[in-house]
Amino acid sequence: MSLWLTLAVNSIALGGLLFLLSAGFSLIFGLMRIPNLMHGSFFMLGAYFGVTFLDKGLNFWLAALLSGLAMAVIGGVIERFLLRRLEGQVLPQVLLTLGFAFIIADVCLMVWTGDPWQPSPPPQLRGAVQAFGMFFPLYRLVIVGAAVVVAVALWVMVDWTRLGAMIRAGVDDPPIARVVGIKVSQLFTLVFCLGAALAAFAGVMGAPYLSVYPGLDFEMLPLALIVVILGGTGSLLGALVGSFLIGFLYNFGQAMFPDLAYVILFLPMLLVLVLRPQGLFGRVVT
Amino acid sequence: MSRLRHAAIAVALLLLATLPVWVGNPYYINVASQILLFAVFALALNVLVGYGGLVSLGHAGLFAIAGYAAALMLQAGHGHFAADLAAIVVTLAASAVFAVLALRSTGIGFLMITLALGQIIWGIAYRWASLTNGDNGVNVTTRPAPFGISLANAHSFYFATLIAFLLAVATMAVFVRSPFGASLRGTRDQARRMNALGYNVWLIRFLAILFSGFWTGVSGILFIYYNQFISPQVSALTASAEVLLMVISGGTATLLGPIAGAAIVVIMKNVVSAYIERWNLVLGVVFVIIISFMPEGLVPGTVRLWRWGWQALQARLNGTAVRPVGERSP
Repeated sequence: MSLWLTLAVNSIALGGLLFLLSAGFSLIFGLMRIPNLMHGSFFMLGAYFGVTFLDKGLNFWLAALLSGLAMAVIGGVIERFLLRRLEGQVLPQVLLTLGFAFIIADVCLMVWTGDPWQPSPPPQLRGAVQAFGMFFPLYRLVIVGAAVVVAVALWVMVDWTRLGAMIRAGVDDPPIARVVGIKVSQLFTLVFCLGAALAAFAGVMGAPYLSVYPGLDFEMLPLALIVVILGGTGSLLGALVGSFLIGFLYNFGQAMFPDLAYVILFLPMLLVLVLRPQGLFGRVVT
Repeated sequence: MSRLRHAAIAVALLLLATLPVWVGNPYYINVASQILLFAVFALALNVLVGYGGLVSLGHAGLFAIAGYAAALMLQAGHGHFAADLAAIVVTLAASAVFAVLALRSTGIGFLMITLALGQIIWGIAYRWASLTNGDNGVNVTTRPAPFGISLANAHSFYFATLIAFLLAVATMAVFVRSPFGASLRGTRDQARRMNALGYNVWLIRFLAILFSGFWTGVSGILFIYYNQFISPQVSALTASAEVLLMVISGGTATLLGPIAGAAIVVIMKNVVSAYIERWNLVLGVVFVIIISFMPEGLVPGTVRLWRWGWQALQARLNGTAVRPVGERSP
């Protein structure tokens, strides 16, 4: 009984982390249709930045924010000066982002070496809380909390603010959006920066939990991909549900079929593709 | 033109057939074998990327399936013929599964689904240790000896690879000129019109993926005989990206492009690894440069830049301005 409960808590924590990762991917890939194969690299580089800031003795949250900010700048530069010139051309965009993914991976290997880094969570978030006669590691609950905060903030931003309305208009019909005075190009750069920053933030949040090591980038990228395909492209609710589904599947799969845990992760994605190609919460594009 | 072309083909064949004689050093003969076997792989991927407009980022998965199937059969004590036949059958079956799932979508969706499928293969190769021996890989102890000719040395292996390569090029040439090749190009350019004309777009793409899968399987088998070893690294995303680089660096939808691309990438990899261990960095930088400056591929791109430079020079001599030559129209 307690084993299952522990697994469930871990699953929810991983789900929260996956949502932080894939929310940005959902914006960039799902909403703007940019096949950003650097998303896992943003996650890893962000985590490395966070580790370095923590090493310098910075506060945990400050490190996470700074790392997000740095990644927003890097992502913004790549989007503005290289990706933007390839608007609407899928293959070149894929190759460019893939090229940067390889560059980032190798640079990380050079700078941070091949040894894994695992920063400890901030002192006040260590330890465990007791509830229902059981102990839960506090830091994992904090990850879930952060995911919920980000989910609500994104939902409010996209669905309820003027900025969100402008983004949606820019995605649905760029020429008309331009006609009514929306600076679509700048807006898209902004969304890309936001997505990159979220990935880096997720990386810092995940560092004490997963640790940071070479190869983390291409481990996280498919996960973000599964979540977005599963939930439906462009749907934040879909990303949220998909994240927790994958979180559960990963932990329970790991416990029950350790050899095949990684493969099991992809099964729901394949099922969804066959039965409901637009994803669980996706809308059909006409 | 046609006579020139025939002469060029004859010279190329002669050079390829006599390569071991004038190269001599087994190391370089092995590099040539590598180029040929990766050229087969690149040609196979080009069927989808170039002629079908379907960009697959999971082809290393199919390549690895063929390699693992053959290696595991050999390890279980089966003969070479049975192992290779089984590898091809398994690869074709896997290609069919890839096709059914990935053809739920085209364009960016196709690419992402093949990427995910490739990762599944990687996951099996890496984590399912009881089957694939995990990170330690599988050894292939012997090379086959078709018709009593042992392929154990570099020379004979080169000729075997050359025969497979020539067969691949020949089937590609037939395929490009065939009605099937024309209909595949039709589905790439005007899928909806092809559908309206009564073509079964899905079936055409499905068969193209099987055709591509077959030659991918052949190159996978050649690869394990060449290296006599296979590990999960072969199925990694990096490997899929590498072969995609071969296709696009040479120029897609041409017969010569992927071959030139395979030569460029294999030589670059061998040369670069001799000096620095940062192959991935070089790979990434090459990707970014190609996409930013010559999106149509290295070979056509170099020609365009060269022509532009030449015209600019002439224009300067004549005292008139010239605009850069635009990119190739689609």
